[in-house]
Amino acid sequence: MKFKSLAVAAGMAIAALAMPAAARADISGAGASFPFPVYAKWADAWNKETGKKLNYQSIGSGGGIKQIRARTVTFGATDAPLKGPELEKDGLVQFPMVMGGIVPVINVEGVKSGELVLDGPTLAKIFLGEVKTWDDAAIKALNPDLKLPSTAIAVVRRSDGSGTTFNFTDYLGKVSADWKSKVGSATAVEWPVGLGAKGNEGVAANVGQTKGSIGYVEYAYAKENNIAFARMKNKAGKVVSPEVKSFQAAAANADWSSAPGFGVILTDEPGDGSWPITAATFILMHKKPNDPAAAAEALQFFEWAFEKGGPMAEQLIYIPMPASVVKQVRDAWSAITGADGKPLAIAK
Amino acid sequence: MAGAAQAAPGRTAVLRKFRLGNLLFLNLTRAAAVLVLVLLGGVMLALIEGASPALREFGFGFITSQSWNPVTEKFGALAPVYGTIVTSLIAMLIAVPVGLGIAIFLTELCPTPLRRPIGIAIELLAGIPSIIYGIWGLFVFAPFLQTTVQPFLISVFGPIPLLNAVFAGPPYGIGILTAGLILAIMVLPFITSIARDVFSTVPPVLKEAAYGIGCTRWEVVKNVVLPFTRVGVIGGVMLGLGRALGETMAVTFVIGNAHKISASILAPGTTISATIANEFTEAVGDIYTSSLIALGLLLFVITFIVLAIARYMLLRLEMKGGK
Repeated sequence: MKFKSLAVAAGMAIAALAMPAAARADISGAGASFPFPVYAKWADAWNKETGKKLNYQSIGSGGGIKQIRARTVTFGATDAPLKGPELEKDGLVQFPMVMGGIVPVINVEGVKSGELVLDGPTLAKIFLGEVKTWDDAAIKALNPDLKLPSTAIAVVRRSDGSGTTFNFTDYLGKVSADWKSKVGSATAVEWPVGLGAKGNEGVAANVGQTKGSIGYVEYAYAKENNIAFARMKNKAGKVVSPEVKSFQAAAANADWSSAPGFGVILTDEPGDGSWPITAATFILMHKKPNDPAAAAEALQFFEWAFEKGGPMAEQLIYIPMPASVVKQVRDAWSAITGADGKPLAIAK
Repeated sequence: MAGAAQAAPGRTAVLRKFRLGNLLFLNLTRAAAVLVLVLLGGVMLALIEGASPALREFGFGFITSQSWNPVTEKFGALAPVYGTIVTSLIAMLIAVPVGLGIAIFLTELCPTPLRRPIGIAIELLAGIPSIIYGIWGLFVFAPFLQTTVQPFLISVFGPIPLLNAVFAGPPYGIGILTAGLILAIMVLPFITSIARDVFSTVPPVLKEAAYGIGCTRWEVVKNVVLPFTRVGVIGGVMLGLGRALGETMAVTFVIGNAHKISASILAPGTTISATIANEFTEAVGDIYTSSLIALGLLLFVITFIVLAIARYMLLRLEMKGGK
């Protein structure tokens, strides 16, 4: 009797495990953690509207690239775009989905949010450990009217590999030859100085409680946690504040057709209103997907997100792609084809 | 006669049943034991296989190099190995005397009504997940160290040569020392509860005899309780050390995660498990991933060496005791 009921229970457990496989989530994606909140929100709203399911796992950009290469997911997501030859090799299509801004956050006594102005070379010197105190001549020159303390600068940076770090170090490499030769840019680098903290929330927490510190976080984290940020002098020499307008200006001023797979890194873009450290996050899909039906549905989802997802993204402090870029992305989708060689995306 | 003839086959049947049961029991337990060996061997093999690209690329230099540069793909394990050992040492320096102290107090000196509350409190400490220790360490403990303990240490040891290098630098609040202190709190319950359990196995007649000839409490503990239980105590300390060496989440939060070896224990550093936890998800490139697995293999080796030393110490103690 006991055995029988055990067997029944086991059978039910197995059936329960097998159930999701039968009625599985239609589309699966994996990758970057930065866009996870907005993808999750979109997937939820899309599910309510169409009844279709999308399952996105936030496992990190590196993991997303590995998964899409292994064809275990319908789409991969990455913050650091793949280069042309890599896309060719694996037969992948890459396009940007949504954007965010990276802002320097500070904790300096007597300096309020947005009061401090920094430029690229000074920021690089701070993160190289060459500018050591807040009253250094380089910072004073940019902020003649601010009263800066002589506190030592405590640099806080990411300890985990991250697309945020990739874009931030890319910017420092563009504006400082020293940074480029000594440190370089990647999702994780050999930092000359500073404390490592895990995740945007870790950096935000460390900057929040360490006097004299400076770090970098996604704009959303600075805004949500009310941490003081610094304004930046951009490529055009204008001082800009981090806000949706300046992030979108950077995207609009970028030359998206210059790199295959939209592999443009939005740092140090020209234009008077451009925020210098803007970042897009990318989707990767196979040109010849194993499961064309799932791929077609994924494309419907992305189309829906471009069309209706903007306000939702802005609520979560992400920046929707400008219309001109969306148009180019739709053109790129024609490369994704089914077994019959016809594009899977419904032409707009 | 007929009854006896009937009983004989019944007897053999029962005996056979016993033998079968015994055989089944033996094989079940043996399978469980073998499973552990197979698992251990499998983990070992997987680690060696995963680590081999990095070990081939860097050779012995992997252990002696301090550089950890994902951009140029040059990796060396010295900084995390150093951080792992130093944080564990700090933890043991604090947790062993305190833990043994608590255990002695609980078994020898504590008034009975207090025994249970203190014992339960210690066990609850062991039940707190390490992420909670990490968050508490970052938001409560680190700011406290930054504003009080660390400036005090810096000013006290400032004028003393050698020691001023160990306690140098701006007080960040997080760093090697903070990680060591958090680890000490985390391994404390292990050492305490094992020590308490083995202390209570000391036969009362031994202790009473010692008290009878006029020994003080300190002398009883030193000459009767500790010698009688040293094997168990060392086992508890080793269990604590094993946990300190491998602890990941709490350390990641408070150590500062800098791939650098500094003379100062107030400076940020990193440990093997913290490095793996931080970097594995976004490690792109085969050498990078392989280097992280090689770090895991090193931790395995370090733990093995620690256990071997513990065994050796026990063996020597036993031989001395035998004489």
